[in-house]
Amino acid sequence: MTWLSSAWPQVVDLTVRHLAVSAPAILLSIVLAVPLGRMAQRSPRAGGALLSAASVLYAVPALPLLIVVPVVLGIPLRSPATLVVALTVYGTALLVRTAADAFSSISDPVRQAAVSLGHSPRALFWRVELPLAVPVLVSGVRVVTVSTVGLATIGALVGIPSLGSLFTDGFQRGITAEVVTGIVTTVALALVLDAACLLAGRALTPWTRVGVAPSLGILPRPGGPRPTAGRGATGIPATAEAAR
Amino acid sequence: MVGMPIEFRAVRKVYPDGTVAVDDFSHHVPSHKTVALVGSSGSGKTTLLRMVNRMVDPSSGSVLIDDEDVRTLDPVVLRRSIGYVLQAGGLLPHRTVLDNIATVPVLSGTPRRAARTAATELLERVGLDPSLGPRYPSQLSGGQQQRVGVARALAADPNILLMDEPFGAVDPIVRRELQDELLRLQAELGKTIVLVTHDIDEAFRVGDEVVVLREGGRVAQAGTPSQILTHPADDFVRDFVGADRPERLLTTVEVDGRRLVVDANGRPAGVLSP
Amino acid sequence: MNLFAEALAWLADPVHWSGPSGIAARLAQHLAITVAVVAVSAAVAIPVGVLVGHTRRGRGVVVAVAGAARAVPTLGLLTILGLMMGIGLQAPLAALVVLAIPSLLAGAYAGVEAVAPDVVDAARASGMSEAQVVRQVELPLAMPVLLGGVRAATLQVVATATLAAYVSDTGLGRYLFAGLKTRDYPQMLAGALLVIALTLVLEAVLASIQRAAARAAAPTHARRAPA
Repeated sequence: MTWLSSAWPQVVDLTVRHLAVSAPAILLSIVLAVPLGRMAQRSPRAGGALLSAASVLYAVPALPLLIVVPVVLGIPLRSPATLVVALTVYGTALLVRTAADAFSSISDPVRQAAVSLGHSPRALFWRVELPLAVPVLVSGVRVVTVSTVGLATIGALVGIPSLGSLFTDGFQRGITAEVVTGIVTTVALALVLDAACLLAGRALTPWTRVGVAPSLGILPRPGGPRPTAGRGATGIPATAEAAR
Repeated sequence: MVGMPIEFRAVRKVYPDGTVAVDDFSHHVPSHKTVALVGSSGSGKTTLLRMVNRMVDPSSGSVLIDDEDVRTLDPVVLRRSIGYVLQAGGLLPHRTVLDNIATVPVLSGTPRRAARTAATELLERVGLDPSLGPRYPSQLSGGQQQRVGVARALAADPNILLMDEPFGAVDPIVRRELQDELLRLQAELGKTIVLVTHDIDEAFRVGDEVVVLREGGRVAQAGTPSQILTHPADDFVRDFVGADRPERLLTTVEVDGRRLVVDANGRPAGVLSP
Repeated sequence: MNLFAEALAWLADPVHWSGPSGIAARLAQHLAITVAVVAVSAAVAIPVGVLVGHTRRGRGVVVAVAGAARAVPTLGLLTILGLMMGIGLQAPLAALVVLAIPSLLAGAYAGVEAVAPDVVDAARASGMSEAQVVRQVELPLAMPVLLGGVRAATLQVVATATLAAYVSDTGLGRYLFAGLKTRDYPQMLAGALLVIALTLVLEAVLASIQRAAARAAAPTHARRAPA
């Protein structure tokens, strides 16, 4: 650990650079995959083609992609932008299927109810479909986050600085502590971002964490029916559904 | 109170797969009255209901509200002006009870705070405790969800209320209560109500007028409950309303000085008021 | 785009195809590494996954191991093993096995676990031993999902085997690292295109195998006309 005591400023610097590449890629993946996923869910024919294309893109190996991207886009190989683009391609390809699943998970009666109340297509998307898609979306974003943080280390092979630089540098100079520090920091960063996604998802979906309350609350009405409506039969299944 | 009659003029609906859901249906729904469309599945009753707020557009014919063809109206604006109570409440699972009720006012631009205040009042109006306001639909019983559905339909104070099997998802006791609640509300509010049901007893209980539908939205008979019960137009209607069923054929017998009403099997149904 | 033409020209040059470090030899190495790693990983992971799925015990451990393994960066694993085992094939092979195990484990476990409990119950009730339940009922029905795991693992391994060239002189990755060192862009790009092509071919082959398995597992399902 003598290595770490002198090199920690470098570790901090590389962590920041790592984050500066991963975070934009994760955000861009979400921004691209959500509308694409909804499109795929809406029109099954175009959607099928889109999802197949996504799975093919995801199959493309990372290092070769890093070399192809700058040639196609005309940007320098060693630019962080190259890595952001490549990670965004993977992130989007990975997330688009989950996004399509997320929109398919919304029950048709709920969608119909929203339309019949007078939601315009735009209001339907922003106020009903998107919030209801969040629980499934978050599960996909968590996978993308962990995979993006891990994959970003590959950039070090072509000279884009990240925590992966600790692997290449440590390997060339034979410093085991440096490589171990790189692994531990990368895993820790992935877990921290994963936890952040989990918490953000919880904050966005308060309705998924409510229990069944005792069903009181029908006002007694003088001369009216007795307050027996509380024994409605559908309370428990409805909650089970929401809990999913 | 503004009158808002609904007129169906020779509407027909053929779905792309060739199914004829509704074949030449014409009917007038007068203002401030409750019309119950009753029929078994495949009678096109829900399709007819959804033509009013343009969730379905007829293949031919037209629906007029207050003499205006709904096809000339923007569907989104039209839907916000009509109260719609869906099967099983149709509540949005991610919104609290108050926000569910406030949905249409908020969509139309009412500030959220004012809409919530109004929603709290509506909760009481449909017989629910205001403390339920911050709960989510999954925390309510089936009957409570239905009441919230009715409150939501009333939130924009529409002149027309469409109800699609509104009490279908609750047990018989709760259904009975909700029907009574609807009658009480309608006595206060005097909306133009179109209610769809497959339950002839429900239609007789809440409908000022009942339209019995055959397959394909063809009218078997339209009239008041007593007209239909006393003079069923044909065997189909007679069978549908169960005019020959023992529980419809009542006689009275004298027991201990009271007039007891019994059905054709001799089962007691009630006593006559003195 | 000119670089693509140069890369294709590099690929078309017969000189680059022959010899011990020619394209043909490197393709064969790359495939051999992939097959060996998947076979070894499958021999370890699939029995464990099937056992966990069958007994429904140790599920939490499997999920935790699979999740943790996915968060570990492959390059980091490769370099640390390279430092420990030295230059050569052992380090990349070990790293690739670690990489392949989570997908295989998850596929086997999820596939077996997803078999409807009443089907398993019926098999037991009609007198099958536990081994027969696994072999004759659970495995055939789990096959599509299990093969999904094999497919995912194979793709990860064939893609990541590129990195093996970082610590040893094997596989198509050699062209990438050699090109990087000498700034020989056409060679680098040609190597990249070769790996991508190999991956996509494998993906297509595995996808069709998986579809065939799905048909075998649910014959009526696949033949049923759309409603």
